[in-house]
Amino acid sequence: MAETPKPYGIVAEFDNPADTMHAAERVRDKGFRKWDVFTPYPVHGMDQAMGMKNSKVGWFTFIGGVTGYITGMLMIWFMNAFDYAIPVGGKPMFSPIYAFPPSYELTILFGAFGSLGGMLFLNRLPRLHHPLLKNRRFTQVTHDKFFVVIEASDPNYSETETRNLLESAGSKHIEVVEE
Amino acid sequence: MSEAAIPSSVKIQPPPAELERQPLVLNKRGLGWLSDKVAGVAEGKAPGWWWMAFIPSVLMLGIGFVCVTYLISTGVGVWGLNHPVAWAWDITNFVFWIGIGHAGTLISAILFLLRQRWRTSINRAAEAMTIFAVMCAGLFPLIHVGRAWLGWWLLPIPNSNGPIWPQFRSPLEWDVFAVSTYFTVSLLFWYMGLIPDLAVMRDRAKTTIRKFLYGLFALGWTGSNRHWSNYEKAYLLLAGLSTPLVLSVHSIVSFDFAVAQLPGWHTTIFPPYFVAGAVFSGFGMVLTLLIPVRSLCNLEEVITVRHVELMCKVTLATGSIVGYAYSMEFFIAYYGGNPYELDAFIYRATGPYWWAYWTMITCNVVLPQLFWFKKVRTNMLLVFILSITVNIGMWFERFVIIATTLAREFMPSNWGYFIPTWVDIFTFVGTFGLFLTLFLLFMRYLPMIAVSEVKGVTPQADPHHPMGGGKLGGHH
Repeated sequence: MAETPKPYGIVAEFDNPADTMHAAERVRDKGFRKWDVFTPYPVHGMDQAMGMKNSKVGWFTFIGGVTGYITGMLMIWFMNAFDYAIPVGGKPMFSPIYAFPPSYELTILFGAFGSLGGMLFLNRLPRLHHPLLKNRRFTQVTHDKFFVVIEASDPNYSETETRNLLESAGSKHIEVVEE
Repeated sequence: MSEAAIPSSVKIQPPPAELERQPLVLNKRGLGWLSDKVAGVAEGKAPGWWWMAFIPSVLMLGIGFVCVTYLISTGVGVWGLNHPVAWAWDITNFVFWIGIGHAGTLISAILFLLRQRWRTSINRAAEAMTIFAVMCAGLFPLIHVGRAWLGWWLLPIPNSNGPIWPQFRSPLEWDVFAVSTYFTVSLLFWYMGLIPDLAVMRDRAKTTIRKFLYGLFALGWTGSNRHWSNYEKAYLLLAGLSTPLVLSVHSIVSFDFAVAQLPGWHTTIFPPYFVAGAVFSGFGMVLTLLIPVRSLCNLEEVITVRHVELMCKVTLATGSIVGYAYSMEFFIAYYGGNPYELDAFIYRATGPYWWAYWTMITCNVVLPQLFWFKKVRTNMLLVFILSITVNIGMWFERFVIIATTLAREFMPSNWGYFIPTWVDIFTFVGTFGLFLTLFLLFMRYLPMIAVSEVKGVTPQADPHHPMGGGKLGGHH
């Protein structure tokens, strides 16, 4: 018995950013939760049109940066003052002044890893298999097309009503994509 | 009435054509056109000019490889180093290449924070240039230590000698952290910028291997707005981190000299002066690379004359800062009342290295002043020639700082002169081979312009602009 493929969601194609943004505003106002807009470049104002909150990447950067600074200071204290102290010119074994430049660099290094890692973690990337990436028409999203996708798992989802909503928002091509 | 209505008798004229700002992408090209144009450079068969550039570059790289092998197997004595000039071409080349890298980060990070939207067509190539230049730079201290196989002692790694740890009081150790952080963060920033564009390449790929590799490195990017939101935040944060990073890297490189006691090195002007010089030389190199590339790859509509002009203006500004630093250095040598310092500077300008000093002044201070003229800034051949003289000048700047200072210390018994050997010369040639080989490979396999970012600065991308489908129209 062949399994019938489950629908992933409805994909609506748009030609320009303005129509996409208006469609996003309407989908937002209908109270959908599991939906997204796909664009070839970041469209400014789309976050508000989708009702999204500020990104949390900053926390990862901050934690990375603090970790880097503390790591630098502790490492240098351990190496040059505790584990194998080398007296130089009667100067104190440890001083935060000479430890600052490497700690500063480590703050930036760990902060950068935090930013990239945080972005990937929040986006759940890498994810090399995605139902939308199998759709031939969807490949145009990296070229010049815009898509609004409402997932079938959304409680408000209904194949006919959702399709009507996207149609009335001005989409010229709508199709159901399977898992 | 709050709003003053304009009486109908007043006719509003559109602004004259010469006041209109030149668009960043000429001829109102569409979003799809940008993908086709930029990705097209990295698709299909390599053009003839590419091979004509690639083969000599690989040969130069081979020469460099032979020189480095000879050096490591024989010893640093194959270079012209002597006592007292124990740092010469090697450290000059190190500072030269590190400096070149700085324009990439300036364009990608500082111009991003300053919202200079013209950066989008040049940032990808400039960042690639940064990474390759830092690779060339990193080679020199590593082989200069003599026993290159012990280079890992520079890193805080446990070893069997106690362990003896690196000495963090030394600016040379700060340099290890600064340069390796710079390389890593530049690479992360570059790769993150590439992710959406690798997805562009993936969706256009025809062969299985291209689909697989671009798909793998694109990490499954879909262009989701929820992803873009985190992506843009991370990009902003990386720009914010790279800005203090790039300023610190060349400051720390300058500490290698400024923390030492030698006249000519021991000065507080070094950090800002080195950073300005680095940006100056980096923009010189960006111009040297992009002027031929934009015409060979037919990218004149994306890297426009306006872009070249703006880069010339940055070169002019930083070149003038460098000129100011040269004169201030001389003034302080006189005004500071330290006879050794004054002697070091008189020696630089009139001693046996006078030719290096005056080459530096001509290339870095005098010639860039031509960029005041629009006729010069819009003449691609002249800009190309001037960009090369900038790099010649900046190489000589580092040579003058390093070699002349060491050649003339406090005691006359410790005076000397440096003459390069063929190994010095061809190792330097070899790093150009490495740099150009990597850059040419980058052009062939990766989108050399940030497609997604350039799309974002076109009027079609703006939902409030009539070309983006906006109903009301007008700028914002």
